[in-house]
Amino acid sequence: MEEVREALATHEYLADEGLATAVFLALSLRRPLLLEGEAGVGKTEVAKVLARWTGGELLRLQCYEGIDAAQAVYEWDYSRQLLHLRAVEARAAAGGGEVGSDVEDELYSERFLVRRPLLQALAPPRAAPGPGGHVVPPVLLIDEVDRADDEFEAFLLEILSDYAVTVPELGTFRAEVPPVAVLTSNRTRDVHDALKRRCLYHWVEHPDFDREVAIVRLRAPEVGERLARQVAGAVQRLRELQLYKPPGVAETIDWAQALATLGRAELDEDTIDVTLGTVLKYREDAERVRTAGVADLARAATARGG
Amino acid sequence: MADLGAPEAAGARSDQAERLAVAFARLLRRAGLDVALGNVISYGRALAAVGLGGAGPVYWAGRATLVHRPEDAPAYDRCFAAFWLGDPPDPPPPTAVEVALALDDDQGGERDAAPGPDESSVQPALAVRYSPVEVLRHKDFAAYSPAELAESRRLMADLRLVGALRRSRRMRRSHREHGRPDVRRTVRMAVRAGGEVVRRARVEPSLRPRRVVLLCDVSGSMEPYARALLRFLHAAVVGRGRVEAFALGTRLTRITRELSWHDPDAALAGAARAVPDWSGGTRLGQGLRSFNDRWGVRGLARGAVVVILSDGWDRGDPEELATEMARLRRVAHRVVWVNPLKATPGYAPVARGMAAALPYVDSFVEGHSLASLESLAEVISG
Repeated sequence: MEEVREALATHEYLADEGLATAVFLALSLRRPLLLEGEAGVGKTEVAKVLARWTGGELLRLQCYEGIDAAQAVYEWDYSRQLLHLRAVEARAAAGGGEVGSDVEDELYSERFLVRRPLLQALAPPRAAPGPGGHVVPPVLLIDEVDRADDEFEAFLLEILSDYAVTVPELGTFRAEVPPVAVLTSNRTRDVHDALKRRCLYHWVEHPDFDREVAIVRLRAPEVGERLARQVAGAVQRLRELQLYKPPGVAETIDWAQALATLGRAELDEDTIDVTLGTVLKYREDAERVRTAGVADLARAATARGG
Repeated sequence: MADLGAPEAAGARSDQAERLAVAFARLLRRAGLDVALGNVISYGRALAAVGLGGAGPVYWAGRATLVHRPEDAPAYDRCFAAFWLGDPPDPPPPTAVEVALALDDDQGGERDAAPGPDESSVQPALAVRYSPVEVLRHKDFAAYSPAELAESRRLMADLRLVGALRRSRRMRRSHREHGRPDVRRTVRMAVRAGGEVVRRARVEPSLRPRRVVLLCDVSGSMEPYARALLRFLHAAVVGRGRVEAFALGTRLTRITRELSWHDPDAALAGAARAVPDWSGGTRLGQGLRSFNDRWGVRGLARGAVVVILSDGWDRGDPEELATEMARLRRVAHRVVWVNPLKATPGYAPVARGMAAALPYVDSFVEGHSLASLESLAEVISG
């Protein structure tokens, strides 16, 4: 686990013990990992970092309502199919022959198959052997699975159980090495139990103060230690204010970068006032902070940042 | 975290890990967690992978394999402490739930022993014109006898709650001449026809019912109606539509999962256990706020038909209620407020909460009787 943690850290992701254990288990048990948590806590980032670390190709499938097999698994290249059909026809006409039934087989061959992320993950067109000579499995990121509908979820469950998918015209593709699958969900609705059971599960929390400071220092190196501590302190305070959308780590980093860009070295009242828009995305939230007092926030910042 | 005790730490042999996993899972199930056998096997393998040397990895291996909802984490923590660290188990949670269980004794023998007089003699004139079912349909829930409540259950099971239709992003075959071209099928038909595009296939968006979200006020003032309305919620959840149910009291509890049991008694008992503040006070604004924060605005209420079943009596801040209603209104397709008191002659929505919420309500309907719930079902699908 320590190894996982260090490896993630060298690729700029600071995981806590729980996440490191979950990632370690996902890799060693070859099970998909379902990450749930508030928006902006760095769920998607986990998959990206995993890909950088293992050297596997990152295949991202962004879910949305109505997503179906044609967009997720495979599709035929229709325009090329039609062109090919025309060409065969023209040739047959010139030769005075008939269009044979083998044309159909030709049309539905791998030549005209468009591989979408799921099929790519199971059957990479080019199996790239890694440094050790063995194949590095790709990292399959299925992002915001809660946005897809039930039908798609059931379909996903099938693929994640067997790591195989059948294209009626071509037969079954089975992954030689199962991909490292990472699913994320913002929990806008509950993911189905069966899918959850199939996956390892981790609820990603907001980081604590020290880890957040470390994350800011890592991701925004231009920000000084003191300012990073102040920003993290202010964000921690904001999360206590019962806002509609408490800021996530992504917002913390944005804020720190914005401050660095503006050349501010100190999170004072005036600075907070002009940059609040980078952390709070609701008018109501900004109002609430302003009525609670920007001065209070500045105090919280300096208390932690010194 | 501290190191684990001697016998467990001795070795990470997988059969030992498996046996421990099974025993631990049994404890978790007793604590109310839903642990499937497949997950227990995963846990055993996970234990073998992380080793039994430290409490941290053993803890997180269980979190990753056995816990699938953040809400289950506290129960898991307690079991973990009891099983792996040898802490004495906490005393069982206070049994306030038992009181709420009285909810289900509607078939109690007391009424059965003395049949007849009350029902048949109350309104003999009406009995001539209406069938008993018809009387029941229009009777106020608050005036129900336990036997009538049991009967109403049967009638409610016939209610179907289906949200208004909307266009889905999913496509279906179109038989008409408009819609988007379906290249896949066109090519396929062309192949059949020897390469000639004879007919162009088309697709059009299919229609799906919208999600229905029911928020039922379970505060003290709603008590006469809560039992019947909960039945209604149950019938709605087990029905075919996509329905989510929440109980709204001093706090918000999601009860969809509990109500999805087919056996109504088990479902209602489960819901009663899940709701910690049965017949307590109401903080409609706060309840709505946590609904908006945790579920509604994030997606559950988006484009949905949201139904609030409440009498509008609120001890909270009406301004907060108005703010949250406005927020809900911005994401929901339609907001329906069902008030059982509305049927009372001379009723005016003067309760502070009701008055604050009304500007944001699309349909304001009654919900005191079966007949009114039937028309509610129409409003929802309309």
